[in-house]
Amino acid sequence: MNVLVYLDSADGRVKKPVYEAISYAKKLAQSAGGQVHGLVLGASDEADLKSLGKYGLDVAHHVDDARFSSFDSRAYSMAIGRFIEANPCAHVVFSFNHRGMALAPRVAARLDLTYVPGAMALPAEDGTVVRGVNSGKAFAHVKANKSGMVLAVMSNAAGLLDESAEASLASFDPGLSDDAFLVKVVKVEKMEGTIPLTEADRVVSAGRGLKGPENWGMIEELADTLSAATACSRPVSDVGWRPHHEHVGQTGITVRPNLYFAIGISGAIQHLAGVNQSRTIVVINTDPEAPFFKAADYGIVGDAFDVVPKLNAALRTHFAA
Amino acid sequence: MNILVPVRKVPDTTAKIAFTPDGKSFDANGVQFVMNPTDEWYALVRAIELKESLGGKITLINVGDADNDQIIRKGLAIGGDDAVRIEGDARDAHFCAKAISAYAKDNAFDLIITGKEAIDDNGFQLASMISEYMDWPLISQATRLDVEGDIFHLSREIEGGHEDIEVSKPLVVSASKGMAEQRIPNMRGIMMARSKPLNVIQAEDASVASEVAKYALPPEKGDVKLIDADNIDELITLLKNEAKAI
Ligand SMILES: Cc1cc2nc3c(=O)[nH]c(=O)nc-3n(C[C@H](O)[C@H](O)[C@H](O)COP(=O)(O)OP(=O)(O)OC[C@H]3O[C@@H](n4cnc5c(N)ncnc54)[C@H](O)[C@@H]3O)c2cc1C
Repeated sequence: MNVLVYLDSADGRVKKPVYEAISYAKKLAQSAGGQVHGLVLGASDEADLKSLGKYGLDVAHHVDDARFSSFDSRAYSMAIGRFIEANPCAHVVFSFNHRGMALAPRVAARLDLTYVPGAMALPAEDGTVVRGVNSGKAFAHVKANKSGMVLAVMSNAAGLLDESAEASLASFDPGLSDDAFLVKVVKVEKMEGTIPLTEADRVVSAGRGLKGPENWGMIEELADTLSAATACSRPVSDVGWRPHHEHVGQTGITVRPNLYFAIGISGAIQHLAGVNQSRTIVVINTDPEAPFFKAADYGIVGDAFDVVPKLNAALRTHFAA
Repeated sequence: MNILVPVRKVPDTTAKIAFTPDGKSFDANGVQFVMNPTDEWYALVRAIELKESLGGKITLINVGDADNDQIIRKGLAIGGDDAVRIEGDARDAHFCAKAISAYAKDNAFDLIITGKEAIDDNGFQLASMISEYMDWPLISQATRLDVEGDIFHLSREIEGGHEDIEVSKPLVVSASKGMAEQRIPNMRGIMMARSKPLNVIQAEDASVASEVAKYALPPEKGDVKLIDADNIDELITLLKNEAKAI
């Protein structure tokens, strides 16, 4: 029983969250004596693909077709469908990132498989897969009614393998005609030199306690020291102190970093819903009664304008040592 | 421009989440339900803005029982023209998407737009499954949607940035923050909503792709360790040795 992993890529390189999906697929395939096949659509790099053997990939199939350079979930879903027709796989694994979120449900609908979004672990002995629901306030153990599953996996769902193997390479042609491609990307804008919030291992987040956008310099410096992404509470993005894509919480982005700093954020239930799955939470707030302290691992009751520069200096010393 | 807006009923954002003793169902006791915020604030409001400038009609569609009529009426009060409720259990996304697309196929829509995620399900899946059943393109987590003739112009979030996109109609969109601003229904809207059509139909295909064997609550968080503001080095030590986070 083989497993297919969609190898999401940008600028010809497979994205980091996909490594987790590969290791997840490997563990899934191994339990049934199968292999892991990967499919990359559009530009790829041979050495990069081979190196994925480290995480458990057996064969990397590349589709060298420039028409895949615009992400069009319909055309991508067709290509994956054609691949499965030619190379039967019981399950299909994605990472739960932007493209995975858009594409995996389509593939599940196309192949009539059960979809598990945001899988947090491998299937348990009873076959159920756990995922977060109610904005991190609960978990659901999902039972599949179909023979196979499409799983979009979170970070740390299976743990990264570290094997001394190379993936073998193959090419694949899904044979799509031009009318399969309907979406045209006319412009891509990336923020250079910053870490995408959804991929960040560490996040430094600040709220209305900072008083105004002019005070974010120390937040950015702290994020820089920690190699962290910056984030904010909803009112901060609503009034335009920070861009919308930094808004975390129930109505913004959900993050699950190893380390989350909350600075001048009260810890309203809607904010916590988007960050409560972080591994370690540190809160800095002048108000000892701020609800965030109840959700925190470590807390400092103090003024951000005093604490953050001191913290930044201490961390710099720590990382320099 | 005829627009279909799937809307979902979810527990209010402040609701205490609990389950029945067997762990199989959500405990709705004392819980207030609202329209899913991204459906209401971003998808529905943008649909209304497009209708205001281009004309056409907005149909709300919902999967659920009669308890959902309250949020459907709210959607009509904000600016929907009519509504359809498909009788059934909204827990399985395959079922919802199949039922909604079966309705959409029988009626001529140019656009299907809903929120990027439901705050109780967090699956980011409905719009995407609908698009596959319709065999239409999908732009997910879109932050902008403009129309020029038969062409849609959109922006969508990508890791660390955004993309601008062009695509012809028909199209499925899932909406993110940035697309529109929340609208509060006014008295006139609420009065008018009472007489707008809300048709209840049955789903043809009742099969589900998944079930929830059990719900569970996360373990209680331990007490916070407070560190003195004048003793930052202690925090560094804890982050390093105890949390192993730096
Ligand atoms: C339906 C709905 C959905 C929502 N979704 C979200 C969401 O997704 N994300 C989100 O964030 N919010 C969301 N909210 C809003 C949420 O309820 C809170 O209003 C919001 O999170 C508060 O933001 P804040 O903590 O920055 O501001 P405040 O609540 O004003 O808190 C500021 C904090 O800063 C502290 N402070 C002040 N000065 C200093 C200083 N010098 N140093 C240190 N600390 C200081 C204060 O003690 C206070 O705790 C939602 C609300 C609703 C109704």
